[in-house]
Amino acid sequence: MMLRLTRFDHRAPSTLAEAVRLVAESRGKAELLGGGTDLFPGMKRGLFEPKVVVSLRHVRELHGVRRNPDGGLTVGATTTLRELSQDRAVRSSYTALAVAAGLVANPQIRAMATVGGNLCSDTRCNYYDQSYLWRQAVDFCLKKDGDICRVAPGSPRCWAVSSSDLAPVCVALGAGVRLVSVRGDRILPTREFFHDDGMAHLGMSADEILADLILPPPDGTVSAYLKLRRRGSTDFPVLGVALALRMDPEGRCNRARIVVGAVAPSPVEVEEAERALEGQPLTDDVIDRAAELVYAAVRPMDNTDLTPYHRKRMAKLFVRRGLASLRPPSRAD
Amino acid sequence: MSEGLSVIGKRLPKVDSLGKTTGRTRYAEDLVLPGMLFGRLLRSPHPHARVLGIDTSRARSMPGVHAVLTGPDLPVKYGILPSSQDETALAEDKVRYVGEPVAAVAADDEETAERALAAIEVRYEPLPAIMSIEDALRRRDALIHEQPDGSNVHKLVNLEFGDVDAGFAQADHVREDVFFYEGSNHVAMEQHAVLASADEGGKVTVWASTQVPLYLHMALVKVLGLPKERVRVIAPPVGGGFGGKSDVFSHEIVAAKLSLVARRPVKIACSREEVFYLHRGRHPVLMKVRTGFTQDGRITAMDFRSILDGGAYGSYGVASTYYTGALQPSTYRIPAYRFQGARVFTNKPPCGPKRGHGTPQPRFALEVHLDRAAEDLGLDPVEIRLRNLVRPFSMTVNHLRVTSCGLKECMDAVLEASRFREKHGHLPRGKGIGFAVSAYLSGAALPIWWNEDPHSEVEVRIEPTGHVVVSSLASDIGQGSTSMLAFVVAEVLGLDPAEIELVTADTERTPIDLGSYSSRVTFMAGNAAVSAATKARQVVLEAAARRLRVPAERLVAKGRRIRDTSARGEGLSWEEAVAEAGREGPIVAMGSYKPPKLAAPYKGSGVGPSPAFSYSACVIEASCDTDTGVLTPDRIWLAHDIGRAINVRAVEGQVEGSIVMGLGEALLEAQDFRGGLLKSPSILEQRVPTILEIPEIHTFLIETVDPEGPFGAKEVGQGPLLPVAPALANALYDAVGVRMDEVPLTPDKILRALEEQARGIKSPRVGPRGFPLVPMTKEPIKVAPPDMDAPVLGRMG
Repeated sequence: MMLRLTRFDHRAPSTLAEAVRLVAESRGKAELLGGGTDLFPGMKRGLFEPKVVVSLRHVRELHGVRRNPDGGLTVGATTTLRELSQDRAVRSSYTALAVAAGLVANPQIRAMATVGGNLCSDTRCNYYDQSYLWRQAVDFCLKKDGDICRVAPGSPRCWAVSSSDLAPVCVALGAGVRLVSVRGDRILPTREFFHDDGMAHLGMSADEILADLILPPPDGTVSAYLKLRRRGSTDFPVLGVALALRMDPEGRCNRARIVVGAVAPSPVEVEEAERALEGQPLTDDVIDRAAELVYAAVRPMDNTDLTPYHRKRMAKLFVRRGLASLRPPSRAD
Repeated sequence: MSEGLSVIGKRLPKVDSLGKTTGRTRYAEDLVLPGMLFGRLLRSPHPHARVLGIDTSRARSMPGVHAVLTGPDLPVKYGILPSSQDETALAEDKVRYVGEPVAAVAADDEETAERALAAIEVRYEPLPAIMSIEDALRRRDALIHEQPDGSNVHKLVNLEFGDVDAGFAQADHVREDVFFYEGSNHVAMEQHAVLASADEGGKVTVWASTQVPLYLHMALVKVLGLPKERVRVIAPPVGGGFGGKSDVFSHEIVAAKLSLVARRPVKIACSREEVFYLHRGRHPVLMKVRTGFTQDGRITAMDFRSILDGGAYGSYGVASTYYTGALQPSTYRIPAYRFQGARVFTNKPPCGPKRGHGTPQPRFALEVHLDRAAEDLGLDPVEIRLRNLVRPFSMTVNHLRVTSCGLKECMDAVLEASRFREKHGHLPRGKGIGFAVSAYLSGAALPIWWNEDPHSEVEVRIEPTGHVVVSSLASDIGQGSTSMLAFVVAEVLGLDPAEIELVTADTERTPIDLGSYSSRVTFMAGNAAVSAATKARQVVLEAAARRLRVPAERLVAKGRRIRDTSARGEGLSWEEAVAEAGREGPIVAMGSYKPPKLAAPYKGSGVGPSPAFSYSACVIEASCDTDTGVLTPDRIWLAHDIGRAINVRAVEGQVEGSIVMGLGEALLEAQDFRGGLLKSPSILEQRVPTILEIPEIHTFLIETVDPEGPFGAKEVGQGPLLPVAPALANALYDAVGVRMDEVPLTPDKILRALEEQARGIKSPRVGPRGFPLVPMTKEPIKVAPPDMDAPVLGRMG
């Protein structure tokens, strides 16, 4: 049999204002529906038990990619990952974002899943993404129905993993999110939006809706995203390395962002590694130093597919490969 | 190869393919009856615990709940093998794995049933859990089945063919290796489901997604205590079996009982997670193989040991144990052979048969072991195999009768197409090519429940209108058994397969067939169908002969006509000839098949013999990224000795499907446990290959036209899986020089071996470090080998 959804009220507003009002009225009992690819599996396992599901699929103002006056882009929350990965402007100026969107799950899921849904997707942990029977058999965990973290039983907090491919890329690109509620609008940089807590990993309150992803002007930034997973399709990332660099005309890096996804409850920005690149040309030595610093900073736990050590080791390799791919084409020498 | 044949050997669509591709096929879970209730099972959260008490009172009093069952309601033990009657439908005093059913409810809908399960209170006393082969052998503090010998060893096998010690004494070189093959689930697309309906007279009809309606019928009769004729089992089209639906399951018995109690039809459909618990998948097997060779690479003796991690119940395990030792001599001439096998109980979901049943594990060990031995001896991997190749129409040391054997032709086909000899040892670092061969049974020669009856019967009925109805209990699990019957009968009668009506897999309406397991259906039901159709045709030909005034021997049935081969003329149309023959009603003919007597006179000889063996050879070219450890098969060539392809398209589909499943086991799938729990019982984390993991596949069919197969056909459903994992492990070695003596070949393990290599460690490898001592409480059964060169078809029973 297919697992069944529990009963809930389904609301499908056609304006953002109405959606925001419905969410406010539900007093924290609502979940937002984009493509449903994260929400429904979680509901079927009893991980979320909303009384109301507010679908954003008919809110036209939340859909599509628009150019901003400053040269950046606004990506509506219900833009699908397929649309994002195929958008001409995104592909040319925010390469890593298009690549990451194109690497999520599989074609069927990318056709349904949305940008807002991916950014807000639940953190994952293989003690948590389980049926009630399984979770009961381990006596539950902190994130749902239990009181200790099964990954790190001595720790007072939850270590479920940020498993969004877009999240580390957005942080690396300096993107922001626009959050809307009946109380008004606010724009939050994504590096502040994601919190290092597996249970409260999103910096938004229950009455807010993530309306847009706001990308800053590209400003010559080059970017890359490398994803580790078991298979070539379908699997969640167990490591995602997002790199965004701005190079000066002499081939030196004048701004670097290195953000690692799927190794902690939020994307991990490795500032030491960024500093090791800034002001430097991307020589093998410089790249190796940055990669070593990422290796030292990344501490995956045993709660996803593949072993923590393997993921850590691949973080170093992916940083090395990603940076090498962003080297300016060498002048004839 | 199919001269003169109209249907056999062509590329035809299966007769049921339109229904499947349009979604109209109704599987067990799709069936609905008026007043139907939904059953659910309460499953144990403990790997090993005593059940102290179960309180169902709250569940019973819930509105919408119509029946509640616990262990004492179904106390009779059952099991697929006569020697392993060790399961009850609901646990009575103990649970032995997480997911074992302890109680069941039938309710108006699944939500109510789930709520009722949550209201059942079970008091458990947890017991220490045995979660590994090593613990099962060593620990005495937890006895899973309270066996009188105080051990968790389920089965020991100790066989010796010929003088093994003398064989080793003659050897110039002796090599010993230890291997581990991981367990895995079948992951058939269709999850198990059953619908049971009891009538007013207490007769129960069960529609189940099963490969074995006959054995399910037997178990229901036994456990429910009903007369045979009050139980009817129907297998609707099954959405994939691979061995996972060839056992009798708790939910099937429970649904029948719930229906009898509630007097309403009851459906139980399993979730994917439940499928991982009811399991019966590939046994994890630890193996040690020791072989003596002469200087020129000829095998003088082999000693093969295996320990199977059986999980919590017997299931097919006794047979699985024998199978880990039975087929090594089917590809290579081994003059002296010792096999010691053991199966242990652990607190895991029970293992059973999965595509290749007990033979992919030893085949992996043997084929990697031979590559290593070849290197020791300065031979190439092909040469060492050629020097030991089994001969067609010969006997093996363990008394297997080999008849048609196209192993050499299979090897030639893939070696030439892949240019193996040019590439092996000569590709740049990171690129490699590997080779392996294998054999498999076309049906076990002996039935599971010993008797003298035919293994397959087929009825062909020709209505006076000319309409043909074929009946057989064989259940179509996607392998195409129904299409096979249509093709065979259409060929014999000169008709179009699409016009044949098929009545299958119904214990009340169709003649006996043992089931869709052990690759037996095409060979056995196919032979029965040929026999029935030939008898029916004879009646039609004789009638036509009377009308046409020619001897019946001169007539053929072809193209929907009965014609005289030696004269011109239209002859008779099929309808005219049938009208002539069927004046007194329909023409009904029965055909049956029983394998020749092939078992040798020693205990355990029943596992291994088959009326014919299929053979496969496989070459895989692969790339290994030495930074990430990712091994990628780039191209696969697989040649399979099919005897004769009844339907080329279906045979190629089976070869490709076997390769995909083999690659899943070789690269990806693992049954990881965390404490007493399956780490991730979900289809996402079971990580079967996606289409992106599948390389270019080149399939070659070798037709040896077996003397006993229907139109010369042999099996294809399982055999082609076997050489995939060892060919890939051998390709990895050719690519980067590290040995993986266990599957799956995961990136972290490959990197570990590459690190050993970088540190200068000689013979870098990943694999088991040793092989535990198994107390062999019994003296070996010593069996004199047969005359391995005597002409074998004379032995037919």
